[in-house]
Amino acid sequence: MQLALFLIFGALAIAGALNLLFQRHPINSALSLVVVMMSLAVLYWSLGAEFLAAAQVIVYSGAIMVLFVFVIMLLNAGEEERTKGSRAAYSVGIPGAAAIFCLLAFVFLSERDALGMANIGGRLANGADNIAELSQVLFTKLLLPFEVTSILILVAIIGAVVLARKEQ
Amino acid sequence: MNSMPANYLWYIPLLPFAGFLINGTLGRRLPRGLVSAVALLFTAVPACLVAWLWSTMLGSGAPEVLHAAARPWIAITGFQVDFALTVDHLTLIMLAVVTGVGFVIHVYSVGYMALEEGYWRFFAYLNLFMFFMLVLVLAENFLLLFVGWEGVGLASYLLIGFYFRKQSAADAGRKAFIVNRIGDFGFLLAMFLLIAHFGSLSFSQVFGAVAAHPEWHGAGFLTAIALLLVLGAAGKSAQIPLYVWLPDAMEGPTPVSALIHAATMVTAGIYMVARAHVIFDQSPAALMVVACIGAVTAIFAASIGMVQHDIKRVLAYSTVSQLGYMFLACGVAAYSAAIFHLLTHAFFKALLFLAAGSVIHALSGEQDMRNMGGLRTRTPITFWTISAGVFAIAGIPPFAGFFSKDEILYQTFSSPNPIAKLLWLIGLVTAGMTSFYMFRLWYKTFFGEPRFEQHALDDHGAVVHARSTTNLTMVAEHDEGQAAHSHGVHESPWIMLAPLAILAVLSFAGGWVGIPAALGGSNHFEHFLDPVFASTVAGQGASALNADQVSHGLELALAAVSVLVALGGWYAAFVLYRQKPGRATALALRFRPLYTTFANKYWVDELYQNFIVIPLLMFTRGMLELIFERGVVNGTGRASAMVTRGFAWFARKQISGNIRSYAGWLAIGAAAVLAVMVFGRSLWVHL
Amino acid sequence: MVPIAYYLVLAAILFSIGISAFLIKRNVITIFVSIELMLNAVNLTFVAFAHKWHQIGGQIFVFFVMVVAAAEAAVGLAIIIAIFRTRQTLNVDEIDLMNS
Repeated sequence: MQLALFLIFGALAIAGALNLLFQRHPINSALSLVVVMMSLAVLYWSLGAEFLAAAQVIVYSGAIMVLFVFVIMLLNAGEEERTKGSRAAYSVGIPGAAAIFCLLAFVFLSERDALGMANIGGRLANGADNIAELSQVLFTKLLLPFEVTSILILVAIIGAVVLARKEQ
Repeated sequence: MNSMPANYLWYIPLLPFAGFLINGTLGRRLPRGLVSAVALLFTAVPACLVAWLWSTMLGSGAPEVLHAAARPWIAITGFQVDFALTVDHLTLIMLAVVTGVGFVIHVYSVGYMALEEGYWRFFAYLNLFMFFMLVLVLAENFLLLFVGWEGVGLASYLLIGFYFRKQSAADAGRKAFIVNRIGDFGFLLAMFLLIAHFGSLSFSQVFGAVAAHPEWHGAGFLTAIALLLVLGAAGKSAQIPLYVWLPDAMEGPTPVSALIHAATMVTAGIYMVARAHVIFDQSPAALMVVACIGAVTAIFAASIGMVQHDIKRVLAYSTVSQLGYMFLACGVAAYSAAIFHLLTHAFFKALLFLAAGSVIHALSGEQDMRNMGGLRTRTPITFWTISAGVFAIAGIPPFAGFFSKDEILYQTFSSPNPIAKLLWLIGLVTAGMTSFYMFRLWYKTFFGEPRFEQHALDDHGAVVHARSTTNLTMVAEHDEGQAAHSHGVHESPWIMLAPLAILAVLSFAGGWVGIPAALGGSNHFEHFLDPVFASTVAGQGASALNADQVSHGLELALAAVSVLVALGGWYAAFVLYRQKPGRATALALRFRPLYTTFANKYWVDELYQNFIVIPLLMFTRGMLELIFERGVVNGTGRASAMVTRGFAWFARKQISGNIRSYAGWLAIGAAAVLAVMVFGRSLWVHL
Repeated sequence: MVPIAYYLVLAAILFSIGISAFLIKRNVITIFVSIELMLNAVNLTFVAFAHKWHQIGGQIFVFFVMVVAAAEAAVGLAIIIAIFRTRQTLNVDEIDLMNS
């Protein structure tokens, strides 16, 4: 069953990504990204990261992507025009991207056996809950970074408000 | 007197250096009296130290060699050179000459240079010279000796070009330095060979190694080292082919000629050969070369000196000739004879130069002997002192020069060298020529009718002297420094005469320390130097054998022959210049080709100019300047500039502000980093 | 039973699609969207490795990545709005003030 899950939602993720690539209107790209995120959430769940799967849906697609959609609608972005591109991007970048992909694929596939198999819903070492495990670490060892991130978000809010303000 | 601690040896050279620093930095603002006091003090104290050193090293139980504490200079694995001083009997003699004669000349200069501008500069350079010369003499290894060697070359350049506003003086200084450099090149190569073969430049180590290997006799590398050392000595001691700088060096003030180009610097080459005699003894080929160079130079220079009109030039060529004698002595391995002649030569040549300076001073700058005459009555003290010098150099007993020159001639005659007799004959003829031209100088300057009153030489105004108007291409120099005060012909002040008197006494009696056994003396000099030269390969007249074995009769006979030749020269000069003055010119016209050759110095300078200097300049200007300077150097500069500009142009195009092109480059960069990380590790491991 | 390597290869595919979108697209907002895609791909990698080694560290890292991505998205979009106000264009080729 894990294989089926993986194949279906993996294919869905890739389809969404390709759609993002080929759509001309930004809103379509954004919505394709939502599809990708949803599928990734399922994959996280299959890898035993339930909390993250939930967070992905709630935070990432539910909040961040909504923000993106709002901004696209606010700015009334239309379809893309064809403008003169940059030669470097195509001539150097695409091969670069292809090279990265090939390298990564090569590395991962050559270590396929060493990496082993994924167990669906596999428990972590000490048999605790995923959430319990996460919060154990997050609120004891990594308490400081946790609090700092809240400050980070505060700063981001302030920054966003200031930057997006109308000039007076 | 208690013995001198070895550490005090360092004071001997360092005190004149301190004098140089003081006079060099502050001298411009100090009054002349203070400048001369500083210079004299810092020369006198080393002289006293040398005297103390003598007393330490003579007397029973005294060390034969004294070492000063060494501080390492270059210390790398396999090779070490120290700052170290050493004194043996040879050093003692050189020290005595340098400090003693040096001090006397310093005193003289106070009077001679009294009215010069740049007084402080003169004494500063003079002290600098003393420093370097003392370093040279006291050095314990070849490298420190080379430091002194180069330093005296530098001091010589500074002092020759002392009247730097005069083009000919500046040129002469440069010529001296450059020709010396050629010799130094030989010295450097010799040092490299020494390092390669012996791994050390220290005298004791090198000479010990050579002495311990008698089978190296005649070895190729020893001959190479010796010949290169000879090249260096030829440059410094003005032998063929590097003698051309010495006559031009007369552009410098007369005390400079006396000190540097008669008594001390030019003897550095002889000293070096004597010091390295262990190497030369093992290389008969080098010794033969030395002897031949010495003999040929002696007769060659004497022939030119016979027809010079400038009083200083005569003395300059005479110096070259006498140095040839010393070289000849070294060439037949009679090193103590060479040093003996060095000693007596220092006395009488310095005396001759200083007295010539006194004459020039008296005549307010006149140097051309054709414009002199009749000074015997006007400058009596100068006359009597210079006479001592003239008799000494001519080799007339019992003056100093006779004993030393005779010793050389005897050693040459009786040496096992294959052409010994020929060399002796050359030396004998040269002695005759020496006597001739010195008495010629004597007569032309001091006897006969005064010829200088034909020129505007009076109490007021500068002296105007016509250049030589004969159709021979020689021009006598005019010492403008002495023209500053022209107030009639007068004797020099006592401060200049006292040194003359001292040197005259030494020229008279100085040779008595080396009276050979044949003539009734006990040859103290040679025995004194026995500890140094005792390792001279036997058969070349080792000193012990000399005193005992070989016939005294031969020595007496040879001595008599040389005296006869000297008297003959005197007589010829008397006839040509005293009795019938016109005959000299008539003789010159009869033998015109020969005379012209002599008069033009065998055209050696022209030869060098056309065959060496000009091609070299053409090569430099053509090759180096055009091709290298403009082509390669400029070209490389321009090429690199263009490359940089190309890069800059390319880089500038990158900063387009276009985010996507940045992204493109980012992607490729990331790929590269990934590649390195993935594959780099195995590569690294292989490395 | 899926080999973990396949998850990683999937992540690699998503990542390179993200880069290509970044290079090809002209609209600024779409470029941002592609950045988010790349971040997600990386998150998948972390989670896969966390699963393999049974360590919670990978998931914690993903947690923080999400937080930071949120903050960055907020600020970035605010900047885009500001740029749009001044330049009236969302075409990235025309936002080249840094051109020398």
